[in-house]
Amino acid sequence: MAIDVETVRKVANLAQIREPEARLEALAAELSGILLWIEQLGEVDTDGVEPMTSAVALALPMREDVVTEGGDAAAILANAPKARNGFFVVPKVVE
Amino acid sequence: MSAFTGLTLTDAVAGLRAKAFSSQELTQAHLDAIAQARALNAYVLETPEKALAMAAASDERLARGEGGPLEGAPLGIKDLFCTKGVRSTAGSRILGDFIPTYESTVTANLWRDGAVMLGKLNMDEFAMGSSNETSAFGPVVNPWRSFGSNRPLTPGGSSGGSAAAVAAGLALAATATDTGGSIRQPASLTGTVGMKPTYGRCSRWGVVAFASSLDQAGPIAKTVADAALLLKSMSGHDPKDSTSLPVETPDFPAFVGKSVKGLRIGVPREYRVDGMPAEIDELWTRGVDWLRDAGCEIVEVSLPHTKYALPAYYIIAPAEASSNLARYDGMRYGARVEGPTLTDVYQLTRAAGFGDEVKRRVLIGAYVLSAGYYDAYYLKALKVRRRIADDFTQAFEKVDALLTPTAPSAAFGLGENAADPIAMYLNDIFTVTVNLAGLPGISVPGGLDAHGLPLGLQLIGRALDEGTLFSLAGAVEKAAAFTARPERWW
Repeated sequence: MAIDVETVRKVANLAQIREPEARLEALAAELSGILLWIEQLGEVDTDGVEPMTSAVALALPMREDVVTEGGDAAAILANAPKARNGFFVVPKVVE
Repeated sequence: MSAFTGLTLTDAVAGLRAKAFSSQELTQAHLDAIAQARALNAYVLETPEKALAMAAASDERLARGEGGPLEGAPLGIKDLFCTKGVRSTAGSRILGDFIPTYESTVTANLWRDGAVMLGKLNMDEFAMGSSNETSAFGPVVNPWRSFGSNRPLTPGGSSGGSAAAVAAGLALAATATDTGGSIRQPASLTGTVGMKPTYGRCSRWGVVAFASSLDQAGPIAKTVADAALLLKSMSGHDPKDSTSLPVETPDFPAFVGKSVKGLRIGVPREYRVDGMPAEIDELWTRGVDWLRDAGCEIVEVSLPHTKYALPAYYIIAPAEASSNLARYDGMRYGARVEGPTLTDVYQLTRAAGFGDEVKRRVLIGAYVLSAGYYDAYYLKALKVRRRIADDFTQAFEKVDALLTPTAPSAAFGLGENAADPIAMYLNDIFTVTVNLAGLPGISVPGGLDAHGLPLGLQLIGRALDEGTLFSLAGAVEKAAAFTARPERWW
């Protein structure tokens, strides 16, 4: 299905990417081209086929619910764009 | 190439152990070669001081008669692997000057076994690309050129830096990763050997995530024996990756040179596609003849859902990528673009930090996962993925391995496919099926085309049967007697 500029705006918002208005039309054309090409999947009979969610047929392992690593705030904050007193600094979220 | 940089990994490790030369000499020769090869743009970060310190430590261990299976061997590391204290970017602006405070399991395994790190290798941004042109550091240039031409060619992608470095003698071997063909296609385009092992063979812990159900690490090397040696060190169960397989690592190098007599080799008819150069078809036929001469039985097989693999991949991989890349929000690490509100910071950071191809895939992923489209796209693709995996299961009831071309063309010009995303995606047409099914695949150089550019053959095996692939790839390597090296122009 071809997608329009309004849909691209919505999806960019979902993906938290600010796309300039001037780019939206070109993006809609690009994404429509890819989605139209993908639609050939409709030719495949998948009735009763179990979706394949993992590359290996193996149950995910369980482990004890205990702390294995932790308590290293300095390492976690080492790459923060902004940090203070052992915390990340983020823009104000509550007025 | 100097005598040192022309060595295979296997011979270099043997020479070090025999004290024919030191790791410091070997490492310095590679650092010199790297410094003279910046025109290739293969390394995004050179770590000469670290390399020489690791080499000195290796020399001390070797002098004491100690040392691991890769002791003193200088390697290049794809910049998708997090390396403690050494900038790791995944080829993206959004990671900025990210310096991990931890080491990926795969690279930790290499250092445990004595390897020396030369630096970090260029790659497509977040491993999304088939030509290295999406890298924030600019494209890698293939050391190979067409006869009589100066036109810069792509080394393939996403592991283009790994492939170019190995082909040009800038590392004895390199780590790489493969989500849709990113080890095998660059190996094919640079005359090197590249192995994507079974999903779960190598730990993904500390490897920057692209599409988690498809991503797998593996080696790019000069020979099949070198790839086997490196994969053995990279592999192993890791509790920190829940999809890491709890299995023993076989002695892969022991499989190289083993007889392949009596093995049944499938030739999938669907891999003969329209518009494929005649030379690739001819190489494929030669490969069949080589394996027949080595005592294999050749069987024609059908993998009827092959043509649907790429479109299924371009739903599944972007869907997983859009989820994985949600973590780049400018708060905890990487680049941040300031703005008046939290949402502004998120959106401006991601707009500035991601390149066009990454944005395209994140948007496709967000779209196919969004309300109303999930069943039509994402669920459908997962069902088609099952069909593709079932094709292989059925084929492997009749055969032990499959032989195909690796890529539909030789190295192409930089910029040639950049304007058409789907033309670029088609590079992975023969490799992507293997990722969807979680199987191992290896690309081996088979010969040169009429322009003097390398072409690869791909062998695909059963899950966890890399050993048989190494035996077969060794037989192809021996028959092909591929000794061509790129003529140095850089």
